[in-house]
Amino acid sequence: MTKTNGGPATMAEKILSKHCGRPCYAGESVVCRVDAAMATDGSAPMAIDYFRAMGGEKLADPKALVFALDHYAPPDNPATVALQDRIRTFSAEQGNILYDIGAGIGHQLMIERGHVRPGDLVVGADSHAVAYGAANAFAVGVGSSDLAAVMLTGKLWFRVPESIRIELTGKLPASLDAKDIALEINRTLDPQDASYRVLEFTGEGAVLLTFEERMLLSNMSTDAGAKAGIFDADAVTTTYLKNQDGLRHAITADEGAVYAKHLSIDLNTLTPRLARPPVGGQAAEIVELGQDVDTPVDMVYLGTCTGGRQSDLESALRVLRAGGGKHPRVQLVVTPASDKVYAGLAADGMLEEFIKMGALMMTPGCGSCCGTCGAIPGDEKVVISAANRNFTGRMGNPKARVFLASPAACAAAAVTGKITDPRTIM
Amino acid sequence: MARTDENAGDAAGAFTGAARLVGDDVNTDYIISSRRKRVTIDADALREFLFEDYDKNLGASIQPGEILVAGRNFGCGSAMEVAVTVVRAAGVPCVLAKSFARAYYRNAINNGLMPVICDTSTIDEGDRLEITMLDDGLNVINLTKDSPVETASFSPIIMDILNAGGITSYLRTHGDFPEAI
Repeated sequence: MTKTNGGPATMAEKILSKHCGRPCYAGESVVCRVDAAMATDGSAPMAIDYFRAMGGEKLADPKALVFALDHYAPPDNPATVALQDRIRTFSAEQGNILYDIGAGIGHQLMIERGHVRPGDLVVGADSHAVAYGAANAFAVGVGSSDLAAVMLTGKLWFRVPESIRIELTGKLPASLDAKDIALEINRTLDPQDASYRVLEFTGEGAVLLTFEERMLLSNMSTDAGAKAGIFDADAVTTTYLKNQDGLRHAITADEGAVYAKHLSIDLNTLTPRLARPPVGGQAAEIVELGQDVDTPVDMVYLGTCTGGRQSDLESALRVLRAGGGKHPRVQLVVTPASDKVYAGLAADGMLEEFIKMGALMMTPGCGSCCGTCGAIPGDEKVVISAANRNFTGRMGNPKARVFLASPAACAAAAVTGKITDPRTIM
Repeated sequence: MARTDENAGDAAGAFTGAARLVGDDVNTDYIISSRRKRVTIDADALREFLFEDYDKNLGASIQPGEILVAGRNFGCGSAMEVAVTVVRAAGVPCVLAKSFARAYYRNAINNGLMPVICDTSTIDEGDRLEITMLDDGLNVINLTKDSPVETASFSPIIMDILNAGGITSYLRTHGDFPEAI
């Protein structure tokens, strides 16, 4: 790929250019100012240690740093409480923004509470920080040490990435979910190809997606192996973000920008997708859900930064209603992505419906996703989850088998007690 | 060369170690389970759980100075830094892989664990590898096979951070990033 100095640029190149103060292109290394940074209780304690070890005394910009206690909400042992207390003490001293246990998942809060604007450069010490790309931000997951560098300097160095243009054609059928698109992208795209690169989502199919659907695609771009996943900003974006600036700082790709690869996904013909439990340390195989129907399921998980928003829980509930509630043998676990999502469920009467069906309602946060709190599956049990990852041991038990699918497909399995195409219930 | 690992390195900056092989797409949860770090983030305490959900025997048998040799997409999944510090705590100075997940790659550099992109398909379990630090990367020789391994070079900022021993000492010394890198 040839460098195009002064020439047309991708969204990633333009956002990084804006933040390093000169036009930059794929392959260069640049130092950029960072607009906002986020860490969780999983990453903030180490970030604080690195910050102190770097000689840090005061944060470069306390208002631009968000800590969210979401991974251990609530904690199940005193050592975890102590880790969280170190975060609370640090935030009280430094005056940065702290969302305590129960507020929700950091990624959801970054969007919901207005910490991300179109055109921003944002880092989060958690791989799913890429979710903010839905807001037309360049958002990447970093480790605790890079986050500490931002805490100290307000800046970070980046290698300007190449981009892959993903064109979504057609319109997603009403019975399908953005999760099916994400799984299809992850099935199609070789992680070796996606590595160090940014996914730029485009096409009529992308324009027609809701903001929460865009968040899901950006969120799972890291699971495709990509560095970030960025959408254009439009009225959907500004309405969801309640952004006062409108599209003033939004970034669009230039005509003629250079892409490392083009990929086209036809939404009209898409069918439900399923990620199988990985075998022998391999990556999860993604298949048409139809291939695995009738596999018995013991536990259904609705939640996470991928599948725990209001629209996800509504979509699941529609299937549960149509199917007449959950199968008595299935454990249905629901973790709203934030307290706002939880309150929304209560206001709409959905919470009562979930409770009457026998769902276990958990504290807003990461919940069972990585097995650090919440319900844990038993040995040899089969789980179907609305989450993004199913590595062996991921939900706290290496002997459980975890499938990934859309909230609707998870709900269909809750109805029948086995993997089921949600279209057969609706 | 500012590396201080007592098990690796000599005056010339060259060291040798045995290759320990892992496959493709080894994710951070396989390196160290997310559920372990909720109790402690002390890498020495986490060391005993290295690779527990991937290959317990491998985790237990890795000796200081040995070199991890992986397939593609090493360190995918979470950005959690303990997945790097626990490998350092096991005394591993260097990871060779066909490719790395980018957060792992950066975390490795930041903690002085050298991430080397190269074709690892010719390296077998137990091969003795000789690694020498150059001005813009690493020179790797497979002593067992008597053949050089071609490696990708490091950009100047990566070399600066590695030479400082990691991002902590880099920023402790410089206080900030330079305007141009």
